[in-house]
Amino acid sequence: MSRQDTSDIVFRRILAVFPISILILVAGIFFQLVSSSQLSLHKFGIGFLFSRVWDPVAEQFGALPFIFGTCVTSLVALLLAVPIGVGAAIYLAEYAPPKVSKAISILVDLLAAIPSVIYGLWGIFVLVPCMRNNIQPFLGKYLGFLPFFQGPNYGVGFLAASIILAIIIVPFIISVSREVILAVPSVYKESAYALGTTRWEAIFDIVLSYGRVGILGAVILALGRAIGETMAVTMIIGNNVVISPSLFSPGYTLASVLANEFAEAATNMYLSALIEIGLVLFLVSIIVNILARVLIWSVTKGPGNVVK
Amino acid sequence: MKKILALVVAMVMATSLAFADATLINGAGATFPYPIYSKWFDEYSKVNPGVLFNYQSIGSGGGIKQITAKTVDFGASDGPMTMDQMTAAPGRIYHIPTVMGAVVIAYNLQGVDKGLKLSGDVLADIYLGKITQWNDPRITEQNAGVTLPSNSIIVVHRSDGSGTSYIFTDYLSKVSGEWKGKVGKATSVNWPLGLGGKGNEGVAGMLKQTPGGIGYVELAYAKENNLPYAFMKNASGAYIEPTLDSTSKAADGAVIPDDFRASVTNSPNPEAYPISSFTWLLIYKQMDDPVKGKAIVDFIKWAITDGQKYTTDLDYAPLPANVVQMIQAKLDKVKF
Repeated sequence: MSRQDTSDIVFRRILAVFPISILILVAGIFFQLVSSSQLSLHKFGIGFLFSRVWDPVAEQFGALPFIFGTCVTSLVALLLAVPIGVGAAIYLAEYAPPKVSKAISILVDLLAAIPSVIYGLWGIFVLVPCMRNNIQPFLGKYLGFLPFFQGPNYGVGFLAASIILAIIIVPFIISVSREVILAVPSVYKESAYALGTTRWEAIFDIVLSYGRVGILGAVILALGRAIGETMAVTMIIGNNVVISPSLFSPGYTLASVLANEFAEAATNMYLSALIEIGLVLFLVSIIVNILARVLIWSVTKGPGNVVK
Repeated sequence: MKKILALVVAMVMATSLAFADATLINGAGATFPYPIYSKWFDEYSKVNPGVLFNYQSIGSGGGIKQITAKTVDFGASDGPMTMDQMTAAPGRIYHIPTVMGAVVIAYNLQGVDKGLKLSGDVLADIYLGKITQWNDPRITEQNAGVTLPSNSIIVVHRSDGSGTSYIFTDYLSKVSGEWKGKVGKATSVNWPLGLGGKGNEGVAGMLKQTPGGIGYVELAYAKENNLPYAFMKNASGAYIEPTLDSTSKAADGAVIPDDFRASVTNSPNPEAYPISSFTWLLIYKQMDDPVKGKAIVDFIKWAITDGQKYTTDLDYAPLPANVVQMIQAKLDKVKF
């Protein structure tokens, strides 16, 4: 065996340590969450996931309102953020003059770096009054026949939290999608033009089709951020343990209840239930990630796939 | 070069010697008394430079956990430890009251200044969702001459676990049987309704912006944010403005048990503001380290006497004289 080969093997083995350490870390977190939530796992069993009661005094705990809150705010945030994010990315990559594109990209990266507590404060002092005085009365008046826009108007609640989340995740979607779109080889676009397509046809049929895996990746990244976001949501969701179809209603998320109650949880059962909430959050993240990946596979294998 | 090196070595040795001389005492717990405790540690270091304090305001629950595990030399809590928690500790724990605080009922009503009169049962029914309008006859009959709007009442509470919530729910449990049965008292409870704000500042911020809102905050926050607050009906039927004086009165005349694990909410003193409470330091009766033990007891003796003069500037109510005497007797029983 030559020296070249030995050094190659050593290098490969050293590199292998890094991904394995990630695996160990994830497994370690999972193991720690399960072992620390034993009390609660034994007492409530699978019912923990379906119970609506969260009563620290009587030590009755259930996670359903929090799971509901996390899913609703993340999904509504995606509904708001994906069209804006992808639209902005297309404009920046395909239409904007290079100087404008550069300038806006810097601003987008700046937005991504703002700490979420700042978004939360902005939410309390600017967004919530605006929701209460303008946006929610408007929605209630014109879309009030839908169950999503009914009920008392507090300003804080699911909708306000979703909007804040959307603002937080939009920069991620723009930034990654723009890179993906820029990476589409121009020969494909030129071929499309040669066949007589208009510009927007080329973008929709060629660019987005070529880049959809990358754009979905951006959306998954954003979704992960939305599920785990804690401080900004806690500050404006209203922190009320309810399940309501109305987006005007105050709600609660998995991450928020941990942030709110962990420091003062004194009894072992209470602490154990909170750690189980952490376990549920961990599992929800994994499930959502798997679903998103399945979605990608089905899209990439589906018909009408222009390029690999 | 060598000179500089020698100088650096000398300086490092000098500082480490200075630290070696001082006794370092670690504590952790309640956030509510943190400002006065920091002030005390600072002032006490001028009186007795030989003792250094390090206090982490991680919350009352954390304070109880840490003193039970003996990872700190003293704990601090806004609520007394439960019987279960006391038995879980490896030794006898003393509760030592240090200052008192008031929880005030603040509101946001156009045209209504501070001094809305409320009784405990009405407050409990508002938080239970049974009184929903500001012009409900049960509120208006206590406030002749005040025009109350027909707004819905928007209930605001703390979303994070806190000693403030403990004091508030402890009071409601005393004045309303229904509250006691349905909700109970704790640092976090299952609120029947309302919006949760994170921290005193979260509740104060939400109240400021929500017309028709009612919520509870520490006295200092209501003053700083210019929030109008209610005069509460006390156990003898008088409506009392929350002041430092009326807060201290709550412990004066109330029955204080020997272990100080007493709630003084709804005090029988006719001049007392009813939503008042102690905050406690938690120390072991038998101190492991004689040097630290003596230092802690000396510090507490100073804090409950000379130290009390710093309380009012920071909006804490000083301990009444009868309680100070009881604590001094108690401290003599600490062994180290």
